[in-house]
Amino acid sequence: DSENGVPASFKVPAGVVHKIFSYKSSVIFCCSQERKIRREMADEVPSLAESKLTALVVDDNFVNQTMHHKLLDRLGIQNDVVCNGQEAVDVHCSGRNYDLILMDMEMPILNGIQATKRLREMGIESKIAGVTTRANEGDKKEFMEAGLNDFQEKPLTISKLLSILHRLDFYVQT
Amino acid sequence: MDTLVAQLQRQFRDYTISLYHQLFWYVKGFLDDQFTELKKLQDECSPDFVAEVVSLFFEDCEKLIGNMARALDQTGNVDFSLVGSSVHQLKGSSSSVGAKRVKGLCVTFKECCDSQNFEGCVRCLQQVDIEYKSLKAKLQDLFNLEQQIVQAGGRIPQVDI
Repeated sequence: DSENGVPASFKVPAGVVHKIFSYKSSVIFCCSQERKIRREMADEVPSLAESKLTALVVDDNFVNQTMHHKLLDRLGIQNDVVCNGQEAVDVHCSGRNYDLILMDMEMPILNGIQATKRLREMGIESKIAGVTTRANEGDKKEFMEAGLNDFQEKPLTISKLLSILHRLDFYVQT
Repeated sequence: MDTLVAQLQRQFRDYTISLYHQLFWYVKGFLDDQFTELKKLQDECSPDFVAEVVSLFFEDCEKLIGNMARALDQTGNVDFSLVGSSVHQLKGSSSSVGAKRVKGLCVTFKECCDSQNFEGCVRCLQQVDIEYKSLKAKLQDLFNLEQQIVQAGGRIPQVDI
């Protein structure tokens, strides 16, 4: 059941709402208590204020790197980009840490599965979301078992990225 | 009287729609919804985002097709897994930009690689080459139309597919 197209479960108590943005058919609720963002898809995406979340894009393809970088940028998430699993491991060895890692599966030198295993062995507790075009059940299972927190099929879109953030309980501050 | 801007805007609208939709039953659209996702990411901070990504994609096509051609040229000693990995890359990037026909061809191409079908691979390679060049020309025309509209003092219409 819903009111104005917004599911009843998304409603927040009066007085708790920090900010509401209304944009065409989309409504974003920011609850200062929970600071959770939920949204309906709109024709255009409003820019969100800087979220102070950080992310690492791990992908060997320039087109995908550019897309994923921009998607994260658009959601106010500062992000770095590396070209393969080995570079992802190296950047962590150099002391960097990220809230979220978007990990491609097939990459040269060290692929996504190997890199995820290695990062977990190193004690890295960041949320890792596997993103890949190859999504047969066997591959997905192997990838998840390597230590992923989430999995999403490419190509990524704003809505898919928001789903990932939502499923991983990421709170975006405004 | 129809102004130049109105004419150009109508042309732009029609051309955009034609790129997405099937004109005839045997002709698939050139673009799919992912291209619309790409456009959503273009804003005042990155006004040329679509052109930049699309440009990267065409460079990728050139590079990967070159790799595939070289691998297939090793007569009697073709490494189909090498061809296959380039096809996988191409499928990934075409999928990311919404290049529907190129992506579709990659699916067939991959099957030919997996079954080590040499003639099939060569045919697919030729088709992929034609397809990406065709899309490149069409998108160039679309970008040119955009520029003409802006130069004529008009606004680029939002086209709902």
